[in-house]
Amino acid sequence: MTDLLNRHSFVELGARQRAKALLDTGSYRELIDPFQRVMSPWLSRQGVVPQADDGVVIAKGTLDGLPLVIAAIEGNFQGGSLGEVGGAKIAGALELAAEDNRNGVPTRAVLLLETGGVRLQEANLGLAAIADIHAAIVDLRQYQPVIGVVAGSVGCFGGMSIAAGLCSYLLVTREARLGLNGPQVIEQEAGLEEYDSRDRPFIWSLTGGEQRFNSGLADRYVADDVAQIRQQISQLLQQGLPAAQRSRQADYYLARLAALDAAPQIEPATVRDLYQGERP
Amino acid sequence: MRGLQWFNALSAGAAPVAGLPASLKVADGVLGEQAVRFIAVVPDAANRFPRARQGEVGLLEGWGLAKAVDEAIASGDQRPIIAIVDVPSQAYGRREEALGIHQALAAAADSYARARLAGHPVIGLLVGKAMSGAFLAHGYQANRLIALRDPGVMVHAMGKASAARVTLRSVEELEALAASVPPMAYDIDSYASLGLLWETLTVNQIEHPTADDLARVSDCLQQAIKDVQNSGVRDLRGRLGAVNRAASSRVRELLREQW
Repeated sequence: MTDLLNRHSFVELGARQRAKALLDTGSYRELIDPFQRVMSPWLSRQGVVPQADDGVVIAKGTLDGLPLVIAAIEGNFQGGSLGEVGGAKIAGALELAAEDNRNGVPTRAVLLLETGGVRLQEANLGLAAIADIHAAIVDLRQYQPVIGVVAGSVGCFGGMSIAAGLCSYLLVTREARLGLNGPQVIEQEAGLEEYDSRDRPFIWSLTGGEQRFNSGLADRYVADDVAQIRQQISQLLQQGLPAAQRSRQADYYLARLAALDAAPQIEPATVRDLYQGERP
Repeated sequence: MRGLQWFNALSAGAAPVAGLPASLKVADGVLGEQAVRFIAVVPDAANRFPRARQGEVGLLEGWGLAKAVDEAIASGDQRPIIAIVDVPSQAYGRREEALGIHQALAAAADSYARARLAGHPVIGLLVGKAMSGAFLAHGYQANRLIALRDPGVMVHAMGKASAARVTLRSVEELEALAASVPPMAYDIDSYASLGLLWETLTVNQIEHPTADDLARVSDCLQQAIKDVQNSGVRDLRGRLGAVNRAASSRVRELLREQW
């Protein structure tokens, strides 16, 4: 009980507070902050009020004294959706971090992912920005770990779930959900029988943080606590690059999928058994 | 079946690559004098995953694309990779979400991006739909994107019906907006205005390419390959610069100033 009382929820923090909480005290510096008012050029003409930071916070600072850049998505603005400006902020920051490393500065990156994916009001520019983010993660990851954090409560979907899958390490909490397609869209495309978007326990059992961790699709499962999340990120950064990058295990996953009886509809336990048998 | 038609036309006489899911067509052929690898995702009515039988990019396709591209990287010869893009969507289904389709698509994007960074010219040839996650996994990591000019060639983040539902609009309202907001449009000319395409080409019979069509596309692919090789650039900066994508450049400039 005392443990619970001593906890400080990470999930309840906004993007800016999250980034501050992870960096060394006094080292936080925001790039293109809200006072510069670099906003979406596409939203107001569609009757949507833009936000001064376009829902993405880019913060530079240090963690354990080493350079770190954090890209934090604000889940409360437009569902954390990525448009042109927010997407370019993340891609551009990762590109500069890779450039740092080529110039001998060991900048690492942490992505705080609360996002439904592409912002549909900026559709193709959001999609293009996400392709840029994918490219930049793969580039930076050659030099330093890129850590994805899905804390909740929005979760991580769409093209940004692919970004999560590209990270060197992925950290989730019990409040996290991670999946390519949002439940509503799957129900719309495939029908209620296939996916009931209103059946919350069902959706959590398939895509929740605990299930993803127990299926080997995330690297750390952490309590919703600022200190514990910070400590896990610090540990992962100190580990350096992973021995095996999950998104490079095609042979392993193709073999596991070949071993699956795909005919019956799937249950969460089937996934855990299939993916957590023999490890590569 | 455009993807398959163009794959067959471009790779005629080429050696098919075995050991991949039936929904992937992969062959090592030549363009002019240049050895290249062609890759297409095609419908497979017998796909073990029922939600991926119509050319969608699903679990097997994502991991399979990764394998096909990794093999090309392992060859060590920096051979160009031609992604023939005709993908209606990612696979939407319970099995897909449960088994981590996001990770499968990440693997494909990962391999294409690493191929590009390793010096393989990667060219995306859009002959049909290039939708959302499917395009992110198959084509969007290319150094150069080439699109055929045709109403059936379209790039988008979500199908119209779903996009309307998610944004709480009718399909008619969505179409009206798309007409005045270029990134929301579904047609290839609006997409071209974003600066993401290297070239657009007109052909006579997109469904069944003629010898002329094939020659024109083949020539354009060779030019794109040479353009990549001569530039020495391995990132995606060549897509920046269009007026309709000015904010993407502006944000990068500001980040660099404040870094």
